[in-house]
Amino acid sequence: MPPTQVETRSPKIETDLRDLAQDIVRRAMKGGATAAECVVREGDEFSTLVRLGQVETLKESGSKSIGVRVFFGQRAASTYSSDFSSKGLDRMLKSALQLAKITSEDPFGGIPEASQLGSLSGDLDLYHEDVYSLPGPQRIDYARRAEKASLDFDPRIKNSEGGSFDAATGHKVLANSHGFVGEYRRSYCSVAAVPIAQTEDGAMQRDYWFSVARTLKKLEAPEHVGKVAAERTLRRLGARKVKTAHVPVIFDPMVSSSIIEHIFEGVNGDSVYRGASFLAGKLGQKIAGDNVNVIDDGTMPGGFGSSPFDGEGVPTRRTVVVDNGVLKSYLLNTYTAKKLSLHTTGNASRGLAGTPGIGPGNYFLVPGGKTPKQLISEVKDGLYVTEFLGHGANLVTGDYSRGASGLWISGGEFVYPVEEITVAGNLKEMFFNISEIANDLEFRGAVAAPTIRLDGLTVGGA
Amino acid sequence: MNKNRFFFEHYGLAERDLERYLAAALSAGGDYADLYFEYLSSTSLMVDESMVKSASQGISAGCGVRVVSGERTGYAYTDDLSAERILRAASTAALIASAPAKTTVAGFRQKSARSLYPVTLPSVDAEITAKVELVMRADKAARAYDPRIKEVRASYADELRNILVVGSDGTFAEDSQPLARVNVSCIAKTEGNSARGGSGGGGRVALDFFFGDKTPEFFAQEAARQAVLQLDAREAPAGDMEVVLGPGWPGVLLHEAVGHGLEADFNRKKTSAFAGLIGKRVASEKCTVVDNGTMPWRRGSLNVDDEGEPTQETVLIEKGILKGYLSDKLSARLMGISDTGNGRRESYEHIPMPRMTNTYMLAGEDSPEDIIRSVKHGVYAVNFGGGQVDITNGKFVFSASEAYMIENGKITAPIKGATLIGNGPDVLTRVSMVGNDLKLDEGVGTCGKDGQAVPVGVGIPTIKIDRLTVGGTARKDPGGFMQ
Repeated sequence: MPPTQVETRSPKIETDLRDLAQDIVRRAMKGGATAAECVVREGDEFSTLVRLGQVETLKESGSKSIGVRVFFGQRAASTYSSDFSSKGLDRMLKSALQLAKITSEDPFGGIPEASQLGSLSGDLDLYHEDVYSLPGPQRIDYARRAEKASLDFDPRIKNSEGGSFDAATGHKVLANSHGFVGEYRRSYCSVAAVPIAQTEDGAMQRDYWFSVARTLKKLEAPEHVGKVAAERTLRRLGARKVKTAHVPVIFDPMVSSSIIEHIFEGVNGDSVYRGASFLAGKLGQKIAGDNVNVIDDGTMPGGFGSSPFDGEGVPTRRTVVVDNGVLKSYLLNTYTAKKLSLHTTGNASRGLAGTPGIGPGNYFLVPGGKTPKQLISEVKDGLYVTEFLGHGANLVTGDYSRGASGLWISGGEFVYPVEEITVAGNLKEMFFNISEIANDLEFRGAVAAPTIRLDGLTVGGA
Repeated sequence: MNKNRFFFEHYGLAERDLERYLAAALSAGGDYADLYFEYLSSTSLMVDESMVKSASQGISAGCGVRVVSGERTGYAYTDDLSAERILRAASTAALIASAPAKTTVAGFRQKSARSLYPVTLPSVDAEITAKVELVMRADKAARAYDPRIKEVRASYADELRNILVVGSDGTFAEDSQPLARVNVSCIAKTEGNSARGGSGGGGRVALDFFFGDKTPEFFAQEAARQAVLQLDAREAPAGDMEVVLGPGWPGVLLHEAVGHGLEADFNRKKTSAFAGLIGKRVASEKCTVVDNGTMPWRRGSLNVDDEGEPTQETVLIEKGILKGYLSDKLSARLMGISDTGNGRRESYEHIPMPRMTNTYMLAGEDSPEDIIRSVKHGVYAVNFGGGQVDITNGKFVFSASEAYMIENGKITAPIKGATLIGNGPDVLTRVSMVGNDLKLDEGVGTCGKDGQAVPVGVGIPTIKIDRLTVGGTARKDPGGFMQ
């Protein structure tokens, strides 16, 4: 039996996080810091998992945390706390000020210039309270409907890891000693199904499908999610191994995004200034075929990677990373920009502690003209990859080798599922060998790519 | 700091409060409820370009409340340890239960547990300057190793996790869990060629650990050695072949190929490729695999798991026969098996589930030299990045970061990193030799499951697998490998 009643969300306790963040910055400056930055985050989450029709888990909670980064000249340190009592905040500040004494003078350290700070104006459409609007029983029903649709789809779907519904909201405030203060809220909801199919001899396969959105209105129907999950799972049944071969490989959009993610990692300022990237020093040079265009855009309304400002208070922007195969820009925060004598691209990502890293806005491969179906129909013998296993990419050398499963293509059609194989190559060459880019770009997260075809890879098998 | 009674002293908790919270959790019924209090303090330092570029400290504390009713779990947490907020979390978690209340909570009893990491001064409380010295020494040693080492990044991280777990079955457990590690990553460069290397280690240890055998220099030189070696690596082969795994970290094979598949939750739900295989042969008779949470000072060890149950040594595979699963309280109760003390969680924000601790294969009788000599044409893999498994179809990968060709019984050229892929339920049936040189990893492993990360250990002696798929790029010719 499902719980008949789930508490509706209690109204948020209105602590003024903006004032708090500014106050912490003021107190850090009073304590002798020459620059300071404070981030406050609060969030709520709800999740439920229904398995074989029964509620298995129900989780609902909220939390908040605060972090401060201080500079003494060019020495930096950071501290964080989940304790918002005045004692907890005092201790956080005090340890930051002390910790900064033991770090090194770094000529490139510091927060952004005042002139670089700012927040995009206008509504980025990132927050919809409706993700929490469903009454408890209906949330559970979303999960149940997704799972049921997958179980009912075919008798070979015999088991399930369940259907789920998740919702979350987050609120972030950033303030610094140049007087910047900004805040934004984001919301998220998702519905997913993970069915398991079984052949008569007992061999099992699992796959999944999901829909994710910033508002319930854009969430796909649970029935659709469950059906697609079932189809994706069934097509893996009876998978076999193939012989080692050098054939064209087509990447499903669920895995092609990982290919362009390697460009992201390669143009990440942190690995560029260290020379730890196969793309370091390649600015203005060809790194991919003419057909390859890659964009990072943190300003897209409703985007999963959108925000009005980055982790350092710099407005987000649209950056062309690869233009017709030519590397046009690295992706940078303030520190890595200074190291490379460039300007920040507004890609700073900040956790609670430590130095800011670099994160994507909405980062994507620009789609081409053909349909995925055309791409497949043009392959005489080849592999269609639906899933990767492991993380076998070496950004320094470009060496690439990953476990894979998918479907074998023969005469332009899927003929049977394959598994326990590897796909290997080198990233330096792979981006020149993207021979086709399809037209099916769809964002299911901050990073997205359409179906693509690569040539010149080694498929490792028996 | 007194490790016992931490929450009683710092938050004014009393046993009657705990009983009241548990009663609230069970107010709508349910079979079991527990509270997990956590207070985590941590430090991290990073040296890059020979400068201490980053230093941070932080504190995170909270309480998670769980209510179990049949197969259902309700969970809520709070980062505010006031009675009002804990009671609110308890009533939220209670929403999962819908039967009349029947369980009462009266009195707690503490099971005797080991003291596997009796540090006198937890490293989080040690002088920060001593930690800075460690990372600076690592940086220096890596740079001194070889002039081709051009970039070095050394980091140090430690934490102290104080926990209190109480359950409606009378469970009462406190623990103070230290954890520390040093990591070094290097890039070696020559004209037109670069390669990376990495190493690190630690455990549930105090700072003095890094002044013993496992100094920062030890890890730095190891990272530098790997980076320089990789400069000359040639293409890895592709296809099925004989594979020899070196001792220690290559035990990640066991973690991926069998460990996850033997976690009880997957088997209770029959979603694991290992479901129903207890008593069946899943490995050659030379293979005995255990999970052992009771090894002193080890990264994967725990005095009690995150449900308050003492950890133990659990035999997973004995002489090739599948013996048992790794269980938490929920799976133990639902499956009618014993709780092996493997219920773990990332933090108070997370629901516990069956997880590994230190997973390794016992030593065999073969000498490592004989194992290498027995291979005509294959791969010798000694260091790995990480791995991953699909527990349902059993396919797993692990990525070699240092490997060599074996040709006619001799180790020859280093090869580039390659992913190895196999099938969990049968890969160990092809283990034909097991070395006498069991070694555990240095203590940097972190395992992820359902988005929860926990520290683990792995270990293995040198073993020979007669056939495994190697995912390289080299084109094979009938006689061997083309250069």
